[in-house]
Amino acid sequence: MAKVELERLTKVYPGGVRAVDSLDVTIKDGEFFALLGPSGCGKTTLLRTIAGLETATEGTIRIADRDVTKVSAGDRDIGMVFQDYALYPHMTVEENVAYPLKVRKVSKDDRREKAAEAAGSLDMRELLERRPGQLSGGQQQRVALARSIAQEPGVFLLDEPLSNLDARLRLESRTFLKRLQKELGITTIYVTHDQAEALALADRIAVMEAGQIRQIDAPAEVYNRPSSLFVASFIGSVPMNLLDGVVEDGRVRVGSAALPLPDDASEHVSSGDEVVVSVRPEHTTVSETEEDESIGGQVAVTELLGTQYLVTVEAEDISAQGVTRHPPEIGAQAWVTPEPEQLLIYRRADGGLVGTPVIEDAKSEKETASAAS
Amino acid sequence: MTAEPEAAEREATDEESATGGANVLGNKGAAAFVAPAAGLIGLFLVFPALWTLYLALTNMRLTGLAAAEPQFVGLENFLNAVSEGEFLNSLYVTLIFVLGSAVIGQAFLGFTLAWILRDWRGWQRQAFEVLAIVAWIIPASVVAFLWIALLDGDSGTLNTLSPVNVDWLLEYPLLSIIFFNTWRGTAFSMLLFSAALNSMPPSHLETARLAGASFWQQLRDVILPSIRGHILTTLLLISLWTFNLFTPYLITAGGPGSQTETLPIYIYNVALSNGRLGFGAAISAIMLVINLIIAWIYLRVVGKQDA
Amino acid sequence: MAASPTQTRTVQRVLSRIGFYLLVIVVGAFFALPMLWLIFAPFDRTPSLSVEVPSFTLANFTEMFENPFVLSSLRNSVLLSVITMLLVCASAALCAYALSRVAVPGRDVLLYILLLFSSIVTGSAAMVPIFQLMFQLGLINTYTGVVLVMAGGLLPAGIFILKDFMDTVPESYEESARVAGASSVQILKDIVVPVVRPGLAVIAVWVFVQVWGNFLMPFILLRDPAMQPAAVIMYSFYTSGGQADLSVISAFSLLYSVPVVLMYLFVNQRYGFRFHGGIKG
Repeated sequence: MAKVELERLTKVYPGGVRAVDSLDVTIKDGEFFALLGPSGCGKTTLLRTIAGLETATEGTIRIADRDVTKVSAGDRDIGMVFQDYALYPHMTVEENVAYPLKVRKVSKDDRREKAAEAAGSLDMRELLERRPGQLSGGQQQRVALARSIAQEPGVFLLDEPLSNLDARLRLESRTFLKRLQKELGITTIYVTHDQAEALALADRIAVMEAGQIRQIDAPAEVYNRPSSLFVASFIGSVPMNLLDGVVEDGRVRVGSAALPLPDDASEHVSSGDEVVVSVRPEHTTVSETEEDESIGGQVAVTELLGTQYLVTVEAEDISAQGVTRHPPEIGAQAWVTPEPEQLLIYRRADGGLVGTPVIEDAKSEKETASAAS
Repeated sequence: MTAEPEAAEREATDEESATGGANVLGNKGAAAFVAPAAGLIGLFLVFPALWTLYLALTNMRLTGLAAAEPQFVGLENFLNAVSEGEFLNSLYVTLIFVLGSAVIGQAFLGFTLAWILRDWRGWQRQAFEVLAIVAWIIPASVVAFLWIALLDGDSGTLNTLSPVNVDWLLEYPLLSIIFFNTWRGTAFSMLLFSAALNSMPPSHLETARLAGASFWQQLRDVILPSIRGHILTTLLLISLWTFNLFTPYLITAGGPGSQTETLPIYIYNVALSNGRLGFGAAISAIMLVINLIIAWIYLRVVGKQDA
Repeated sequence: MAASPTQTRTVQRVLSRIGFYLLVIVVGAFFALPMLWLIFAPFDRTPSLSVEVPSFTLANFTEMFENPFVLSSLRNSVLLSVITMLLVCASAALCAYALSRVAVPGRDVLLYILLLFSSIVTGSAAMVPIFQLMFQLGLINTYTGVVLVMAGGLLPAGIFILKDFMDTVPESYEESARVAGASSVQILKDIVVPVVRPGLAVIAVWVFVQVWGNFLMPFILLRDPAMQPAAVIMYSFYTSGGQADLSVISAFSLLYSVPVVLMYLFVNQRYGFRFHGGIKG
C-alpha cells in the first residue's frame, strides 16, 4: 500500500519565496498522479521535497503510512527519474541499472539478475553492455526507468522524463509509459508542463500555480470544467475562448451578442455582475447565416488543425474562435454559436468558476489569464 | 505553445535545485571536504605570506646581531627600497620582462597560433601542439641550459647557423630572456585560446562575414569581444607567473651586472647573498602589492564586461 | 596592362598561402631549435654547445652514471613528484567538489586571492619565511617539508581548475545516487571522480611537472646532496667551477626530461590534455 499523503506541506526558500504553499493531498496507491503547471509554479520543488532532495519547511509527508518527513532521500523507498536521465557515462547500462542495488549491498549475482529483469521488461536486454553515450534518447530514457524499476520502490517520481525527446518519440514514449505503469501498478507522481501529456497519462491531475494547487480532478473534469480562468487558459491545445461579459436579465451580454446563462450558474449570479464567458472552440459551431445566441463578426483568420479549421471571428473589440470543417472566406460575415451546456461562467474579479469559493491570490489569476489569452 | 515554456521551465528547475546540491553534501560534509586542502594552504601558503609581511617591518638579517634580535623598524625598509637604484632598476627590468615575454610574447603568439591552427586537424596540428607543450614541460633547469647552449657567444647553435657572431647573453641579455620565456610559456596561452575559440559560436563569425566584414574587422568586432574574458584571465595568469618567475636566474643569474635582475632574482640576491632578510621581505611585500594591483585592475575590467 | 580583379585576388590568395606556411615553418623552427640539442648532443662522442650531426655513441650515458648523485637525484625527483601529486590530487578533488556544490559566499574572490598568493609564494618572495617555518617545524632537510610546501603552493591553481571540471558534472547525477541511498563519500567515489578523471589526470600531470622541475624549494630546504632532486643536481653540473662537462650534462638532461614528456604524451593520448574551457573570465 504505497499511498502518499501530504499534510500542510510547505517549502519556503531563504528570501521568503513560498515554492510550496501548505498543500494537503492524498495520492492513492497505484495512481498515476500528474503535477501540471507553468514554470516556477512549484511542481518540481514539490516533487523534490517528496523525494527528500529538499527539506520541507513545514508539514508532513507520509509514504505507505510511514512518516518520512525527516527521513533521508535514500530511505524513502522511492525511485526517481530525472529530466536529463542522470545516466553515469562511465558505467555500462547494466551497472547503471544495478547501481541502487549496489548501494544497498545486494550481492553481485542478484544485482545482475534484477538488472536483466528490469531491462527485459523494457525490451532492452541487448543494450546491457553498452554505455549511455552509445544510446539514443529514447533508449537512455528507458535505462533511467529501468534503474528505478529495479529498485522495486513503493513510489515512482518522474521529473519531466519526456521533455528531452523529439516530438514523435515523445508521443510513442507516452503510450509506452502509460502501459508500463498500469502493468507495474506502482504509485506514480509525474511532473510536466505539457498539458496534453498530463491529460493523456494521468488518473488525476493537480494543476499548480505559485506554490498552490488550483484544481485536482480527473483529466476529463479538468478539461471540461476548469475551476478557474488560470486552469482554463492552461488546459487545452487550442486556447479556450475567454470573453468579458455582463450578466443581464438571465443572459450574458458579450459585446452585442446575448449568450445563454447555464442553469447551474444562474443561481449564483445577478444582473450587473461582471463575468468572463468561456467555451472551447471545439464546443462551438460556425455558420455563415445569423444565429441566435451567437457571436457575429468578420472572419479574420482560418487555421487548419488537421480535420477541422480554427476560425477567428472579430467584431468591435471581441474576438471569438470556433471550429468547422468548412471554413468561410476571410472577410466574410460569420457567427460562432457555443453549445449552451458547454458554456462556463467565471467571475471577473478573482477568476473562479461561479458557484465555487473565492480564490485567494485572485490578482495573479486574472493577470495570468489575461496574459495567456 | 510548448516550445517556449520548456526553455524557461528548465531554468526554473535549475534555480530550484540551486540549493539541492547543498543538500546532497550538507554543510558539515562540505566543511570536512574542504578541510585538508584548507589546512595545507593555510599553513604552507597563507602563513608564510603573512609572515613575509611581518618580516618586512623588521630589520632582520641573516647573520649578526639583527639575526638574533630583529627590531621593528616600521616602514624604513620600504622607504629604503624605493630610493635604492637597484630596486628601481629591478622593477624596470621586471616590467619590461613581463610586457615583452608575457603580454606580447606568450599571449600574442599563443593567440596567433590558436587562430592559425583552429581549422587544422590531424597530425599537423598535433605535432605543433606537442612541440609547444613539450617546450613547457621540459624541466626548467634543462630549458635554461638549452638556451645557454643556443645563445652561447662562441659555439652556440645560433651563432654556428648564422653569418653573424653575437654573444647574445652578454650583449642582449634582456632580449634573450624575453625570447626564452616566450618560447617557454606560449603553449599555455595557445591551449587556453584554442579552447576559447572553439567555444565561440560559428554563427557570430558567419553573420559578420555575410555582412561583408574584412578579416581585421571580424577580429576586432566579433572574435576579440567574444573571448574577452578568456583573454583577460590568460593575461592575468601569465603576467603573474612571469612576474614571479625565478628561472631566468638559471640562465643569466641577473647579469651581466644587473641587466636581467628581475625582482625575484633581486630578492634572492639581497636576502641570501647580502643577508638583508627584512629588506628582502619588504621587496616581497611590494611585489605582492603590485600583484594585487594587477589582479584588481583585471577584476575591474572583467566586472565591467559582465555589467 | 592592369591585372583583372580575379587575377589580383588569386595572387593575393597565393601570397597569403605562402605567407601562412612561411609563418608556420618559422614558428615551428623557433620551437624545435633549442630542443634539437637535447636530441643530438647526448649521443655525440664530442658534444659541443651547438647542434651538430652526432658521431653516434652511448658513452655519455655510461659516463653519466659514474656520477654518484645521478641515480639518487632521479629517484628523489620521482619520490617528491609522486607524493606531492597524490597529496594535491586527493585534497584538491575533495575541496573542489565541495566548493563546486556548496556556494560559500565570497568563494570566487577567495579562490582568486589564493591563486594570487600561490603565484607569489612559489617564487622567491616567501623564501625566507618558508625556510624559517620549516626550521621551526623541524622539517629542514626532509622530503616531508618540501612536499608540504609544494602542495600548499600548487593547491589553489589545482582547485581552481578541478572546480571547473566539477561544475560540468550535472547535479542530477549525485541526486539520483542520493535517492538510491548512496552516502556522500560513495557518490564522490562511484560517480563524481570517474566523470572528472580527465581533469584529475591533467592536474596530476601538471603537479608532477611542477615538482619535477622545481629548483628553488629543494635548493633552499634540502642540505644533503644525496637528497637533492634532479633539478638541483642539473644546475650544479653546469655551474660548478671549471669546464662544464657536456657529455654528462647532455645525457643527464635527456634522461631527466624524458619521464615528464612521456607522462604528458600518455595523458594526452588517453584523455586529451586540456584545461578544459577551464579558466574562463
